[in-house]
Amino acid sequence: MKFGVVVFPGSNCDHDAFYATSDVLHQPVEFIWHQSENLANCDAVILPGGFAHGDYLRTGAIARFSPVMKSVEKFAKSGGLVLGICNGFQILLEAGLLPGAVMRNVGLRYICRHVHIRVENTATSFTQAAKPGQILKIPIAHNDGNYTCDPATLADLKKNQQIVFRYTTPDGKDDAAGNPNGSMENIAGICNRDRNVAGLMPHPERAVESVLDSADGLVIFRSMVEALVTSAKATA
Amino acid sequence: MATASAEIKVTAEIAAEHGLSAPEYARVQQILGRDPNITELGIFSVMWSEHCSYKSSKVHLKRLPVSGKLVVQGPGENAGVVDIGDGLVAAFKIESHNHPSFVEPFQGATTGVGGILRDIFTMGARPIAILDSLRFGPITADASAPSVSAETISKNRRILDGVIRGVAGYGNSFGVPTIGGEVCFEPCYSQNPLVNALALGIAKKEDLFFAKARGTGNPVIYVGAKTGRDGIHGASLLASAEFTEESKQKRPNVQVGDPFVEKLLLEACLEAMNTGAVVAIQDMGAAGLTCSTTEMASRGGTGIEIDLARVPQRETGMTPYEIMLSESQERMLLVAEKGRQQEVLKVFNKWGLDAVVVGEVADGGLLRVKDHGRIVAEIPAHPLAEEGPVYQRPMAAPARRSESAKDWFTFSPEKKNLTENCRRLLASPAISSKRWITEQYDTMVRTNTLVVPGAGDAAVVRIKGTKRALALSTDGNGRWSQLNPRLGAMHAVAEAARNVACSGAKPIAATNCLNFGSPEKPDVMWQFSEAIDGITAASNALETPITGGNVSFYNETLGRSIFPTPVIGILGVLEDAARVVKLAFRNAGDIILLLDGLDAAGAGAATTKPACEFSSSEYSKSIAGIVAGQPPAIDLAAEKRLQQCLVALAVAAQIQSAHDISDGGLAVTVAESCFATVDLGAQVITDDVAPAESAVFGERGARAVVSVSPSSLAAVQESARQHGVTATHIGQVTGNAIFSIQYHGSVIIEESVAALRDIWSHSLERALKQ
Repeated sequence: MKFGVVVFPGSNCDHDAFYATSDVLHQPVEFIWHQSENLANCDAVILPGGFAHGDYLRTGAIARFSPVMKSVEKFAKSGGLVLGICNGFQILLEAGLLPGAVMRNVGLRYICRHVHIRVENTATSFTQAAKPGQILKIPIAHNDGNYTCDPATLADLKKNQQIVFRYTTPDGKDDAAGNPNGSMENIAGICNRDRNVAGLMPHPERAVESVLDSADGLVIFRSMVEALVTSAKATA
Repeated sequence: MATASAEIKVTAEIAAEHGLSAPEYARVQQILGRDPNITELGIFSVMWSEHCSYKSSKVHLKRLPVSGKLVVQGPGENAGVVDIGDGLVAAFKIESHNHPSFVEPFQGATTGVGGILRDIFTMGARPIAILDSLRFGPITADASAPSVSAETISKNRRILDGVIRGVAGYGNSFGVPTIGGEVCFEPCYSQNPLVNALALGIAKKEDLFFAKARGTGNPVIYVGAKTGRDGIHGASLLASAEFTEESKQKRPNVQVGDPFVEKLLLEACLEAMNTGAVVAIQDMGAAGLTCSTTEMASRGGTGIEIDLARVPQRETGMTPYEIMLSESQERMLLVAEKGRQQEVLKVFNKWGLDAVVVGEVADGGLLRVKDHGRIVAEIPAHPLAEEGPVYQRPMAAPARRSESAKDWFTFSPEKKNLTENCRRLLASPAISSKRWITEQYDTMVRTNTLVVPGAGDAAVVRIKGTKRALALSTDGNGRWSQLNPRLGAMHAVAEAARNVACSGAKPIAATNCLNFGSPEKPDVMWQFSEAIDGITAASNALETPITGGNVSFYNETLGRSIFPTPVIGILGVLEDAARVVKLAFRNAGDIILLLDGLDAAGAGAATTKPACEFSSSEYSKSIAGIVAGQPPAIDLAAEKRLQQCLVALAVAAQIQSAHDISDGGLAVTVAESCFATVDLGAQVITDDVAPAESAVFGERGARAVVSVSPSSLAAVQESARQHGVTATHIGQVTGNAIFSIQYHGSVIIEESVAALRDIWSHSLERALKQ
């Protein structure tokens, strides 16, 4: 089993995603340069946070054209696990691997702080180790996290239980006070219909040790490891 | 020597327009043995500008203590370097970007951050933290700023907003956490905000790089962004002269930052250094290509020859003068080993950056600049870099304002309830929470931040792969330095070191940013000299040598100087990151101790004139509108004892929290330790002999408030005794979320923590949204 962390020029959470998977979870992991034509036989791919290509245009708009994204798309279509964190989520939206878009935060300011999100669906490879409705304390750090989509897409997301994480108050209430960026229906993260591609604005890789004020993000990575172990056994 | 045709003939008048005095111009002619051409004149003018040459400050800076057993590199390189153990070194430095930030707040702040980051990774160190020490004019109309117009207040808010967005925008994109600093307000900064940025990086000791060109024939490589006309003369014109009404016309002199290119430059530089083919490297900051070529040649005792035709340019028709003086950002100059330049070029190519061989290291010690093969400048590098003018400027202490008790703060009657004043103090921009600002900074990227802004007295980052962590704090008090520059500077060092010690780290080294008015004014030079003496005394006593920094003169507008503002950054080491101490109280029932480096007799002797000292406090300013008297007296030995005690207590894991006493005194210190909790309060009982307001809001140093579990009390008291520190039991942490202070048997402050927290947390944001 091997994780791959894609490095776009301007990625700046690549080292953090690498550290979380290698040093905290003790899983093999490799960086994948954005111009790479293949995914180095990785079993799961993480698109990390940052400002790929500077993001002076719409976030992720240029990164989706990086050569590696062709391979990521192919990998996703064949059922491979792809997790987009923050800028990685924005890139997945631009690439059409996840539906919808993000706009500027409602306060028009960059925000970095811990928020609380609730796991809305534990039947995904990214949340299977979580308890239903579990509240996770995880930091956000973004300027453009205000998720939106058209009504038909939203209906689809709901019908297929693709809304994986919602912002909540610390005690789990659906309340605007818990939503830092104004996202539609307090959406913090979604997955595709096949549940093998997910993206979220909060940074689980920043919440993997209690010295960092929370280890709640671990459950997302542990879920991925569990899912990979299960699928390896199934194919063995 | 060939000169360009159709060139302006340089005269003494043109030299004067370039800021060179008649004797300076004569020195230029003497060094060259002829008149300079216009390109050469431009090169001399930037190299000998105040900003680049330190011509007014050099004689004083020599007095600073710069060595110590942990100092690997003192002032003179791109950044100071200290040994932090485990074979690692820390490179750190603070620098100002004041003038550009007034002319164009957003770009001024971004390029300030960009410049200091380059200084760090130029040394081969990966940046791991940024701190920003920011000073603005008043953003609210209150007692502390009665005469400031609504227009000025609204302008100050716009400057603050631009600077914050600039600092955030650059650091966030670059991917280094902005984890601390200060935000202060005084009327003198309305026309001249201070933007001081500090960056910290770490490297393996053997992987350090220096800016010394060597090896005749080694290729000189230009890397990074293309050169444009931005920032021409930024250093010499903008940073080396005071502001006038015409300063807005200087907007084209402000550079434009691109954090994305800087991020690429960082990764590419570190990767290129890793190849082993890089001999020397220097960033192009102030005075761009001029400064980088001259300094690398001068330090290496060699010459450098470049051809400007090869320099990547983003505009057409640039003259040699413009190319040499451009301050376009995100550029580096490096020297590679001859024959291995392809390895270096390949790395930059991978990162999509321009990298071009523009020349080579040459014998003879000359900076020789060509344009399409034609020589356009030829100057001996060493005299240009090192033999610039040095001035012993006239100094004169300003006439002392005669003060008497009637100018000072008048203490309220003993039993007066001070709760409302406490609320007002917590709401003042100086004291209120800066969370609204620091939340716009990415404080957590790189997942090393153990203490985020507001959670402790110093910012703390761990070093992965070791048990260690580094703590950093920047401090300065312009108000105090105005009243007494020597004492103000000593307090800046002492408070920064105390903050570091409160986090559990041992202070080991310092960096300084000296913000002053015009050096051509004798009273400003006197302030500067006094401040240097203060820093020297405190750094010696606290064993924190100065490893670098910068001087920013000419901080004045329309003839009025800012308060002299020395800002000190102190670096400390925590041997065991797990022992880090934060400021939040932890458990109801814990005992609150006041640690004081002085004993009761010493404290009594230190405060002989309480009204005089209290008149310089934040409380006096915010509540009574009085700024007068003197800063608190300082006892450096007491500071040292307190700091050693705090570190020992942290190492022994005997305290639950620590927070030093500074702005707003004991009341604010204890209140903040409550605010950082979910639901704890504090009951404080003091029988201080000082008047109530002085006891509760006084800002005398060498003190900190710690909380300890009852089972550790005896051990803490014993440790304090061994360190010569007085530990006074002043109260306890409570579970009822009430904040109360009792003075000689009367409750003088009592309020729910929630109500006070709301005022403290939101005042800044509310003020800015008015």
